Amino acid sequence: MSTLLGVHDLHVGFGRDPQDNEVVKGVSFELAAGKTLAIVGESGSGKSVTALSVNRLVDFGGGRITRGTITLQRADGTAVDITAADEPALQRIRGREIGMIFQEPMTSLNPVHTVGAQIEEAFRLNRGLGGAAATRAAREALERVRIPDAAQRLKYYPHQLSGGMRQRVMIAMVLASNPRLLIADEPTTALDVTVQAQIMALLAELREELDMAMIFITHDIGLVAGIADDIMVMQHGVAVEQGKLDAVLDNPQHDYTRHLLKAVPHFTSGRAVRSDGGSPAVAPIVTVDNLAVRFPVAKGLFRRRSGAVHAVDGVDFDLRPGETLAIVGESGSGKSTTARAILGLVKATRGRIEAKAGRSGRPVQMVFQDPYASLNPRLTVEALLAEPAIAAGQRVDAKLRQRMVFLLERVGLTKDALSRYPHQFSGGQRQRLCIARALMLNPDVVVLDEAVSALDVSVQARVLELLIDLQHEFGLAYLFISHDMAVVERIAHRVAVMYAGQIVEIGKAAAVLGAPQHSYTKRLIAAVPAIERRRQHFSVDVTQVPSLVRPSGFEPPAARWREAGEDHRVRVEEVA
Amino acid sequence: MALLRAVMRHPSGRIGAAIIALFLILALMGAVGLTPHDPLKQFVVDRMKGPSGTYWFGTDLLGRDTFSRLMLGIGESFLIAFASVAIAATAGTLIGLFAAWWGHLWDGILMRIMDVLLAFPAILLALLIVAIQGPGVMTSITAIGIVYTPIFARVARAPALALKAREFVEAARTFGSTQRYILTRHLLLNLIAPLTVTITLALAWSLLTESGLSFLGLGSQPPAPSLGVMLAESKSMMTRSPWLMLFPGLTIMLAILGFNLLGDALRDILDPRTQERRA
Amino acid sequence: MNYITQRLLTFPLVLLGVSLLVFFAIRLVPGDAIIAMLGTEAGLLTDAQRESLAAYFGLDQPIIVQYGRWLAGLFEGNLGISVIYGKPVLEVILMRFPLTLELALLSMLIALVVGIPAGVFAATRADRPSDLAVRVFAMLGQSTPSFVVGLLLIYFLSVVFRALPAMGSFTPLFVDPIGNLSQMILPAITLGLSFAAAVTRISRSAMLDVLSDDYVRTARSKGASQRDVVWRHALPNALIPVVTLSGVEFGYLLGGAVIVEQIFALPGLGRLTLDAISQRDYPLVQGAVLFIAFNFLVVNLIVDLAYAALDPRIRLGGK
Repeated sequence: MSTLLGVHDLHVGFGRDPQDNEVVKGVSFELAAGKTLAIVGESGSGKSVTALSVNRLVDFGGGRITRGTITLQRADGTAVDITAADEPALQRIRGREIGMIFQEPMTSLNPVHTVGAQIEEAFRLNRGLGGAAATRAAREALERVRIPDAAQRLKYYPHQLSGGMRQRVMIAMVLASNPRLLIADEPTTALDVTVQAQIMALLAELREELDMAMIFITHDIGLVAGIADDIMVMQHGVAVEQGKLDAVLDNPQHDYTRHLLKAVPHFTSGRAVRSDGGSPAVAPIVTVDNLAVRFPVAKGLFRRRSGAVHAVDGVDFDLRPGETLAIVGESGSGKSTTARAILGLVKATRGRIEAKAGRSGRPVQMVFQDPYASLNPRLTVEALLAEPAIAAGQRVDAKLRQRMVFLLERVGLTKDALSRYPHQFSGGQRQRLCIARALMLNPDVVVLDEAVSALDVSVQARVLELLIDLQHEFGLAYLFISHDMAVVERIAHRVAVMYAGQIVEIGKAAAVLGAPQHSYTKRLIAAVPAIERRRQHFSVDVTQVPSLVRPSGFEPPAARWREAGEDHRVRVEEVA
Repeated sequence: MALLRAVMRHPSGRIGAAIIALFLILALMGAVGLTPHDPLKQFVVDRMKGPSGTYWFGTDLLGRDTFSRLMLGIGESFLIAFASVAIAATAGTLIGLFAAWWGHLWDGILMRIMDVLLAFPAILLALLIVAIQGPGVMTSITAIGIVYTPIFARVARAPALALKAREFVEAARTFGSTQRYILTRHLLLNLIAPLTVTITLALAWSLLTESGLSFLGLGSQPPAPSLGVMLAESKSMMTRSPWLMLFPGLTIMLAILGFNLLGDALRDILDPRTQERRA
Repeated sequence: MNYITQRLLTFPLVLLGVSLLVFFAIRLVPGDAIIAMLGTEAGLLTDAQRESLAAYFGLDQPIIVQYGRWLAGLFEGNLGISVIYGKPVLEVILMRFPLTLELALLSMLIALVVGIPAGVFAATRADRPSDLAVRVFAMLGQSTPSFVVGLLLIYFLSVVFRALPAMGSFTPLFVDPIGNLSQMILPAITLGLSFAAAVTRISRSAMLDVLSDDYVRTARSKGASQRDVVWRHALPNALIPVVTLSGVEFGYLLGGAVIVEQIFALPGLGRLTLDAISQRDYPLVQGAVLFIAFNFLVVNLIVDLAYAALDPRIRLGGK
């Protein structure tokens, strides 16, 4: 095997003084033709900057390679040092030799050109095709990435396609040039887990077929297990550990690698569920009965109601004191709408939500996903924490301040935080502030809507620990909304799986995650990456989520349930 | 204070602030009578003199000192600008805020009314109001105030709508915070940054409109010195004494430039995107 | 609801508001309507003549009825009779409109031809000396009032070249193109300068935003050249704010550039309105103001349709 790419002592800096603002501080690696290297790290590790340096796109983001060499073996057999190449030479390398796909499929395609035009452009630039030949090539590329109805889809604009479809279009564009190296920068992070599995399967398949080398960048070390040959772990701009996949995963040498493998939540099919708490005998504190939330769809000139989006359609569950009930599902499943209905942020179309009067006037509080958006940037922490109390008619006095300090210290912050503003805290600290705020009125129930999803993986682990501690100390019940099965496994006593606005399976966490019964739950759990599943053969599955728009007057058939075990219910599937 | 320091670090902010400060000082001195000459007194023997040690910017057809008149003219222009922008900013912000908050029908009604006002060119709308009220300082203030109200309504409405959907407003609802608390603490407080920029730029537009009105003879009335009037009077004497046109022209331009530069600097400083880049 | 139908539906609504505002604003003018219509000559009327005139014009009817009649007249193109000219208001306006339209078109042409390339040029060289130069010129251009620019142009032309553009009467383009253009070029430059400055500034900032978007990076990763990236990928996305600004400015210019027409003694719509106001020709004021606002709304409607043409997300709806 010949070496395709050799990176030696790479340093990359930003700003006016790149030498003093280095983000990548001396990274070296080699990549053989046809092999896959995974670069793993959290935000700020320099993993993306390293990747963007390989095709010098880093220049356009204000970065500068300050030291080191990047040697690429070109298709014609010559070698080129990319750090020394000029822009015209780089333009011939980009696309033709090195293809790239990005994290954000929603913004990575040009909104004003059809996807066909964008794929054709790649064929024109890299293969010199034009006219009908380019169109035909574009159609074939779309077919190859398994987009149904390819000839029609060529005329679509990006906003008319789902995230998963757009990422396939990106891949089709890369295929235009048959590159020998593909850089994939977190290509599945913004996607649902079942869609992620489809994209991973596609990448694995194409890599085999085209004998393409790949640099795969991710924050999820579990995802790497399925696809990489080699692995490089980065932290603070340095490669702390690199080697063969099995060696690194089974016998990590560096503390940080061990931390990523052990402390960070990884999915283990229900073997890591909590063994504490959760008492099924007591009466529920929140009862949700036949909840439906529908948003009207208006059509035509006179806004006649033509139907409704059935976001939540007949959901029942009980939340018991002191337990964590996780609601899992993918985007559009209705899990967040359910949470928002419980808090009264959206109006329930039908159904009953009953919260027992608890320790305070507002027994249910909520923590939101985005710690940056859920704290008013113009208020001090003191004002932020005081808000629930003011709303409840309390006075801001010494006693209230005492409670603020108590809660701040309880969530791991100090008293001097009171006079500071949100932007002076990190994402994890902000989420701690949100938790403290939610506890100000001593609630019985906290609804956590994707509360750790926006955080870096190692911060995630610590916030989860905090949540479990607080649950014990204050006797809290959590309704934990999440798309992340690994996180859910760590915190849930019971799990409810939502799909297309309905709960399809609910029960003890170990049972639902370990022995799923419903076909959707099975598919979902099979798609979750896990360290133990090495070089997995992902199968390409193109199941689409059904439309939630229903005609006026539509009522779903009454759900029938079967008991799959003690405290484990599964919705009976209608055979089509 | 942090904002002021940031403005002084910004190159165009520094220049803009310096120009405005200079003009404010000149206007204040003019207002308390600290002018080199009496701006209304006619030095009959010294008519149409060029710039000199006695008359720094020369004299006009009636022998009045141009520099002294400019000092008063700046004062009047600034007074009209500040007063009219205060009206426009207050009315427009409240309209935009409530349109965004109430939404639905109210949003439609309020914003369509603003669209109606926007359909008239600024000078024309001002002319119409002058026709109703008769020219004068108060008319100019009302007219310009009304002209720029819809702009503030739009500037306030867009971020107010965005803020309304932000998670901290949703969080406030889950606590049961009052509408007044949410409107003042969560919306208005966060509107200050975009409004500061618009206020500064609106001061520039309002100077432009005011001097245009008085240039057409429909703003401040003579003998009160006004930049637009002075410029209009200079037209017939342009070839003989170009400085009569040059100095008022430069003064208006500099004043507008000052606010434009400051507005640009404030936009750079307060723009969340540049803040993120710096962080 | 579809974006375009929504625009088409609000258009008559706003137009109705405009007509209401104009109608009632004129009735706010001090003095009674007869004086307003006839000017000083009204003083010569006897009381009986007054009453019969009032009945003739329907002024004895409730104001809502008056408004209804006026509005009905509008649909037939009847804007009343001008007091100064003694002719139908619409005729007087349409006589002045070609000049105003030509001036507005010329100014916009100058603004777009200068402004867009300058803005794109500056954005691709952000923070370099050439960018700084463009920004300084644009800033100065935007800060100089049109009457200062106009007076300076006239001064330099008359003092340096000892020549003055033809003033007073207007030479139509189809009659004498050279004479027409030599008459229009200075006012067009005067108006085009600040317009071009505004276009430059907005194109620059829009391009800067767009150039840091993800799809531009995608285009580069495909191996697209800088030229392709700028003109094919970035510019179409940066045009919306430019179209918005140009539409608004053009719409206002169609209302007549009062000050520039005054300086260059051009008989356009702006001066017509100004004269009508100063001579208290209220039917003409009413008609002209309505006509101007109508033009502005039409231009805005075209701009809204242009958005749909430029951006498939607006055209086709969706997220």
